[in-house]
Amino acid sequence: MLWTEFDRFGGRLDPWSDLDWPWSPRGLFTAPRQQAAEFPLVNIWANADEAILTTETPGMDPSSLEISVAGKTVTLRGRRAPDELKDGSTYHRQERWQGQFSKAIELPFNLDADHVEATFKKGVLKVTLPKAATDKPKTIQIKSE
Amino acid sequence: MAETGTQVQKKEAQVPERMERTRANRVYTPQVDIIEGPDNIVVTADMPGVDDKSVDISLEKNILSIYGRVEDMSFDNHRPLFTEYGTGDYERSFTLSDEIDRERIQASVKNGVLKVVLPKVAAAKSRKIAVTAEV
Repeated sequence: MLWTEFDRFGGRLDPWSDLDWPWSPRGLFTAPRQQAAEFPLVNIWANADEAILTTETPGMDPSSLEISVAGKTVTLRGRRAPDELKDGSTYHRQERWQGQFSKAIELPFNLDADHVEATFKKGVLKVTLPKAATDKPKTIQIKSE
Repeated sequence: MAETGTQVQKKEAQVPERMERTRANRVYTPQVDIIEGPDNIVVTADMPGVDDKSVDISLEKNILSIYGRVEDMSFDNHRPLFTEYGTGDYERSFTLSDEIDRERIQASVKNGVLKVVLPKVAAAKSRKIAVTAEV
């Protein structure tokens, strides 16, 4: 298909919109657009009982990371300070992310805030988010008569 | 989405044309800061998932190569629900000038950040020339 055809619609028509959705199911997860809402990048795995959230925050001190859980939402906050530049030093390249971040992720179920566990290893933060008891699936015993 | 995330999105490392890697995993280009000081050049690279045992640094002729192996982080009994980043190894190379003292290169890894200190050869350190103001 010709790209010019799309240009005529003023970019309103996104040919990739159908392809895009599996990676950004906007209906399920909403990361509010705040300052640097995109850092850090987050992966989430889930099963019937819990969700595991991993994020890459290299070089960050675990004590400067803040994880808060309320209802269905997990919020990650933190900051990465820039390297201190000594006298006579200059940057050749400065590509690493720095600054403050706050990222909220909404999960499709309520969370058990008391049993959330977080570990930080090799620059990767892993947060285990158990489902609240009320949202857990219940198995129903079938009695034979 | 792609345009807004260019700064934080991980970039896959490039392979020379008509070449292939033997291992089929993904390889990313780590983001680096390079700071030149009066005595040394410090290369800092973000390599989350890498520790001191899984990083290789080699210096051949004047090419400094960094390679970090990352264990794939997937969980049994869990299915991916939402993925923003991929996991894979890290690879990046830099061309150094001759003024580096190869014998004294130091490297360390902390919290997934690799830091390579490349000291300058004594002769290459810039001499400071004092300027006096004439009245």
